[in-house]
Amino acid sequence: MRDEVSEIDGKVVVKLSGDVDLEHCTVVRGLLLDAVSHGKDLLVDLSGVSYLDSSGIASLVEALQIAARNGTALKLFSASAQAMRVFELARLDKVFAIHPDLDAALAS
Amino acid sequence: MTNATSFDDTPEPAPLELLFEQRFAARLEVLKKVRASVLAGARHCGFGEADARDIVLALDEACKNILVHAYRNDEDGEIVLAVFRCQAGMVLLLRDFAPPMDPTGIKPRDLSDVRPGQLGTHFIHSIMDSVEYEPAPDGQGNLLRLMKRLE
Repeated sequence: MRDEVSEIDGKVVVKLSGDVDLEHCTVVRGLLLDAVSHGKDLLVDLSGVSYLDSSGIASLVEALQIAARNGTALKLFSASAQAMRVFELARLDKVFAIHPDLDAALAS
Repeated sequence: MTNATSFDDTPEPAPLELLFEQRFAARLEVLKKVRASVLAGARHCGFGEADARDIVLALDEACKNILVHAYRNDEDGEIVLAVFRCQAGMVLLLRDFAPPMDPTGIKPRDLSDVRPGQLGTHFIHSIMDSVEYEPAPDGQGNLLRLMKRLE
């Protein structure tokens, strides 16, 4: 997996790639918790995620809770059908703000 | 295709066709290959792409439960997976050789409490039509039987 962090319009954008699962959750969790600690809104690009499991979801929920405590936003965009299905199964598809693409996430 | 499996002692009323059996180390890095095998098996059973990927997720979460809770991350453990096609759909038998678990303690959690973790068992129960913990054939380890029906 190869993750990227950038900043657009004052928001931190993290692109996750590959399998976001228990095998890689230590790296993903560290990346998200570091990104959310900057005190800026965090946008997470899921377009490169090939597989998402409950551990990946757990890292995202933890980051979302920290963002809420910090008074910042965490938004997701470009989720694949498999990733959306996992959010739906976890009944988190209404808890997270999930946008179709970066422009929609920036505009929201 | 063969019907001879290491699960032969398991009571099974419905006729099953063994698609494949895999024995693998209880390690995270092997699960990607297991997922690919199960995806191919689900397609072979006639499941569409969405259902096939659901089955993969359920099986993957069940394997991870074994790694974390049964073997407690002891990488010397082994898992045996047998995948069957039946008239109604697909049956997966997942066996480990860890100390027996209490099945009554393995339950999905309340999802209204939004917090990280413990979603895997919920996924398994949501996706599969049947989730049964059965006695292992020789009394050692744990045996999980998962069944998914074709719509």
